[in-house]
Amino acid sequence: MKKATVLALFLVSVLACNSNDDDASTPAIESDVTIKFTQSFDDQPVTASEFSNLDYTNENGEQLSISRLRYLMSDIVLTDVNGIDTVISEYQFVDVGESSGALLEAPIKFEEGDYTLSMRFGFSDADNIDAAYPDLNAATWGVPAPLGGGYHYMQMEGVYINSEDVNTNYQFHTIRAAENPGDDVILTDTSIAVNLGTVSVEGLATTIEVNMNIEEWYKNPNLWDLNDLYTMLMPDHEAQIMMNQNGQNVFTLGDITYISE
Amino acid sequence: MKKHILLCISLALLTSCGSDESDPVAYVPTPAQIDTPLIFQQLLPAAVIPEDNPLTEEGIALGKRLFYDTRLSLDNSISCASCHKPQEGFSDNNAVSLGVDGTPGTRNSMPLANLAFNYFGNFNWDGSATTLEEQHEIPITSSIEMHNTFADITTMISADASYPLQFEQAFNVTTVTKTEVTKALAQFVRTMVSGNSKFDKYLLGEATLTPQEQNGLDVFLDETRGDCFHCHGSPTNPLWTDNIFHNNGLDTSFEDRGRGNITGDPNHFGQFKSPSLRNLAYTAPYMHDGRFATLEEVVNHYSEGLVYSDTIDPLMKSIAQGGVHLTENDKQDLIAFLLSLSDPTFINNPAFLPN
Ligand code: HEC
Ligand code: HEC
Repeated sequence: MKKATVLALFLVSVLACNSNDDDASTPAIESDVTIKFTQSFDDQPVTASEFSNLDYTNENGEQLSISRLRYLMSDIVLTDVNGIDTVISEYQFVDVGESSGALLEAPIKFEEGDYTLSMRFGFSDADNIDAAYPDLNAATWGVPAPLGGGYHYMQMEGVYINSEDVNTNYQFHTIRAAENPGDDVILTDTSIAVNLGTVSVEGLATTIEVNMNIEEWYKNPNLWDLNDLYTMLMPDHEAQIMMNQNGQNVFTLGDITYISE
Repeated sequence: MKKHILLCISLALLTSCGSDESDPVAYVPTPAQIDTPLIFQQLLPAAVIPEDNPLTEEGIALGKRLFYDTRLSLDNSISCASCHKPQEGFSDNNAVSLGVDGTPGTRNSMPLANLAFNYFGNFNWDGSATTLEEQHEIPITSSIEMHNTFADITTMISADASYPLQFEQAFNVTTVTKTEVTKALAQFVRTMVSGNSKFDKYLLGEATLTPQEQNGLDVFLDETRGDCFHCHGSPTNPLWTDNIFHNNGLDTSFEDRGRGNITGDPNHFGQFKSPSLRNLAYTAPYMHDGRFATLEEVVNHYSEGLVYSDTIDPLMKSIAQGGVHLTENDKQDLIAFLLSLSDPTFINNPAFLPN
């Protein structure tokens, strides 16, 4: 009799383990997580449909448009309260003009709870391996060998009205800073660690917006004068260092939205 | 014993039911693959082969036959190869292509190479087709090209001595339609891969560049000089095109709106797909309307001939001065480098030439 009870209890516990999803006592709700990349110029949204209009004015007073905006975020990680990292993606390539890459769906579900979200603007040196990523090669995202190879971090281009009132193309390209282009190039990792703080994952699906405020690139700590720095910035080591400094506060957490049923 | 026989009979009946009585066992075409160059294998995603049109030996052979068959045109005068000539890098040397009756079209013929590696599905100068199958329909029916109808073509095919069997073996059909014609052509076109230029060999460590070619590459990659790589690829994008649309500063206003014709978006007026820089040695004249007869003219355009328009690409520099003004030396070297991207084994590959 005793034996039978023990066996019965054992069976129940085994069964309970197997079917823990519908066990009423400890339901572990798991949420789909999507990272949504958006862009703004202060509070004006920047999407493909606003492209090419001279809609924006930077801190230095130049009126400008954006007609190409592509950037790369890498090492996109959610860290739980126990410090366990889950990599959502090694890298994500966002092409605003082609409306591609804005939504990044995590490959696995996450248990409800608090996490910290972190990522990196561009590739860190360890990941910035020349020619290593076929999809980025096909997107013509590479940096030429004389500038150290690897990949762009961002291509932002458009027109600004210069101090002589002439519509002028600018190319705000950020890459790993390169001094002395050529065989003896010296490189400085100018990718940017982006720590977005705590996010709460809830319900069946959680969408976390990460916004790039473009205005920041032109502002802080270096007041950017497009009349001086508008073109040929890739081989300009100092410009790249300034971009890195100005980029520190470009990315912020936006809205977090949930689907509960 | 009797039982055994009964069993045998019923088994036989069962199996015969399984394999349809009326259809003799369907011919199974032999799967085929693209001959992907080593340098592409190292650097690029795999070729794009649609699930509903896998490559087969029979399909490719049929596509090649169709490609060279003048009966695809209204008056049997031209084939695909009339405007896509092997020795001209599978393009032609007219500024704009000539259709049946010598009717001039509006655009320069495009070279056909590495189209299976167009990951973005942008075909034609303006991206008017999103698959090759879709693209091939256009020249066949266009009044300025082959000016034919698929009704006439399928009639021709069914009256032919050997086409019906070829279609049956490639696609398991007895009635040929537009679908099989364009599928076969697309299979052949997908096999047309060019990845064996001097520069490819240089990347594999099998050739050395001359000092001129090396400086030309530096000009091409240097943001302060040529800065060609942002649109036309680089040693890490051996397609030598981004397959995206740009306005590279040819005109102040547009007779041909290019990409803008397709999207209707004024921001796209005057944009055309960046052509690959492979095989320029064979593909003159250049640009969507064939306006430049030589590479000297092309390079002069980028160096000092740029003109402003609202949609000019933001990568175009010093427009007020017409461009960055390359030195004579850099221009010549740039051309030497461009020519190192031409691949004589491609235009002479028997797999792509008429049988
Ligand atoms: C009368 C000349 C002519 C004929 C015949 C012709 N083409 Fe073309 N082909 C062109 C021109 C011109 C273009 C560019 C069209 C455009 O942009 O509108 C082109 C474009 C193409 C492209 C797009 C290439 C790219 O890079 O996007 C493909 C593929 C192609 N042709 C295949 C074919 C096939 C297959 C046939 C036969 C069924 C054919 N063509 C017949 C002139 C021709
Ligand atoms: C902004 C992107 C862009 C840049 C930068 C650029 N090109 Fe182009 N290139 C194009 C486009 C787009 C076309 C086709 C334009 C047309 O026909 O209207 C083209 C056409 C060409 C052609 C003609 C090819 C053919 O088959 O007709 C050559 C050659 C060429 N470019 C070389 C260069 C060189 C050399 C440089 C650097 C000095 C360069 N390009 C820079 C976009 C670009």
